[in-house]
Amino acid sequence: MLEIRNLQKSFGGVKATNDVSLAFSDGSLTAVIGPNGAGKSTFFNLITGALTPDAGAVLLDGVDLAGRSPPEIVRHGIGRAFQVASIFPSLTVQETMLAAVAADQRKASVLHRRFPLAETRGHAEHVMELLGLSAKRDRTAATLSHGDQKLLDIALALVLEPKVLLLDEPTAGMGPEERWRMIDKVRELWETQKITVVFIEHDMDIVFKIAPKIVVLCYGRILATGTPEEIRNNSAVIDAYLGTEHAGAA
Amino acid sequence: MTELQAGRAGALAPTGAARAWGARYLDVLVALLAFVVLASLPLFTGSKALLDFVIRCSAYGLFATSLNLLVGYTGLTSFGHGMFFGLGAYGFGLIMQRLAVPIPVAFVTTLAITAVIATVIGAICVRLKDIYFAFVTLAFQMLIHSTILSWASFTGGDQGLRGGIPRPAFLGIDLSNHIHLYVAACALLVLGLLAMRQIAQSPFGYTLRMIRDNAGRASFLGIDVWRAKLTIFVLAALFASMGGMVMALFVSGAYPEFAYWTISGEAIFINMLGGVSTFLGPMVGTVLLLLLNDTVTRFTEYHGIVLGVVILFFALGLRKGLLDFAVEWVAHRRDAGEGRD
Repeated sequence: MLEIRNLQKSFGGVKATNDVSLAFSDGSLTAVIGPNGAGKSTFFNLITGALTPDAGAVLLDGVDLAGRSPPEIVRHGIGRAFQVASIFPSLTVQETMLAAVAADQRKASVLHRRFPLAETRGHAEHVMELLGLSAKRDRTAATLSHGDQKLLDIALALVLEPKVLLLDEPTAGMGPEERWRMIDKVRELWETQKITVVFIEHDMDIVFKIAPKIVVLCYGRILATGTPEEIRNNSAVIDAYLGTEHAGAA
Repeated sequence: MTELQAGRAGALAPTGAARAWGARYLDVLVALLAFVVLASLPLFTGSKALLDFVIRCSAYGLFATSLNLLVGYTGLTSFGHGMFFGLGAYGFGLIMQRLAVPIPVAFVTTLAITAVIATVIGAICVRLKDIYFAFVTLAFQMLIHSTILSWASFTGGDQGLRGGIPRPAFLGIDLSNHIHLYVAACALLVLGLLAMRQIAQSPFGYTLRMIRDNAGRASFLGIDVWRAKLTIFVLAALFASMGGMVMALFVSGAYPEFAYWTISGEAIFINMLGGVSTFLGPMVGTVLLLLLNDTVTRFTEYHGIVLGVVILFFALGLRKGLLDFAVEWVAHRRDAGEGRD
């Protein structure tokens, strides 16, 4: 279980994350929503070690990961994909996956053998298959479409077999059809992989359709948590973020 | 077991491993062939100038290719890589002059000294990025150069190590013999290139490519970016040091210019001329630069201007090194041909 306790982070006088406490049970799917500047990406950055919290704890299965480096946190089982696809532009899809698997198997420093290592091939193939990237294996990452780059970013996180997968706006920059394809893929991964998935999303139709649990952040604080129905009917959330379009029985 | 774990347990096709082994043997074969061709050159020509040219190519080729491990493979543009060339030359020369040990002992000791110094300097430098990394490496180079100049009682100051470097024979190899020295330089070049090729094509080589492309993402894959950068910084220093030792043996001395910032500039020029995307690019650049240098200096004392124009042609005209350009051109032609079919 991923548990966040009293997490705090300030930039100068701005409290980007203000005493946030949350729990994500194993195998859960949670959406994090909130207006721009609510502190959603900062929240992910604190969990994954990109930022060091001023105070608080990030407990994964009881182990406090707050303030540890990204490689350490990854090794404990928290993977992430980024708002802007974070990939390796000059490597092909296949090279990317094989190198990532080698890193996961702690063979990234091997000097005496040739790339790719035979023992990395099966897992890399499997994850490419899972994300539908096998047919594009020989394409360099830079030449992929925006959607495929986002998939590759997620594939990189999945290679590490994370217990918790954090997805920062997986549908950012996509057209309507591509968005739904991506979110269906996220849901499929969640269902088949049995991992805890937390994703940030701005499209409320997507959020209300697939997320059993929603966390609303506003000005670095938790404004509300609950099921889609509870969030729709929460007057504070309606005032601060949803407006009337997604409120009530919409 | 999740589907992901099931995939990990899946049967592995042996083709990848077989291909990797094949590629390695192919590299060894090419290296052997190159060595045989180079080593047999004295049988066909009596030109001492040509053999000298190849020895200088060996020294600069090792040095420039090692810089490409940093620049081309890791994205670390060092302006101070020449310090390790100088360290190699001075370390080897001083050990031979003062301790009179066998050459292999001096060779290994120099590499060990280089490794220690590179670890200390690298531990500081690789924390920095981009231009900060470049200039701090340059600062360290100038520190070493200043030390060489000012510690005259030990290093010979601005006169360098004079009196020649003793080259006692070992295992039947007499490096004071020009042919022996030539063959030894060729052997060191081929072995050094083979070792660097192995580094570039190893899983670690691909880790370096990931760091070059996106160091932040690499750290989110569990890669210790600082450690990987430090490792390649030290390895590259060792090969640059080897180049320095070859040069010290060739000129039978060591001079402050070997550790001056211009030597780092030359290595960067070489990489720009030959290309950084192909492994042998710096080797091609080495031959080009030395040829240009030797040819142009014969006709004009303003050789710097001519070299500058050539560099500008490559930088602004081709926008890449010669070998990179050639490889891309061939690939483009092949793709166009396949498109027609």
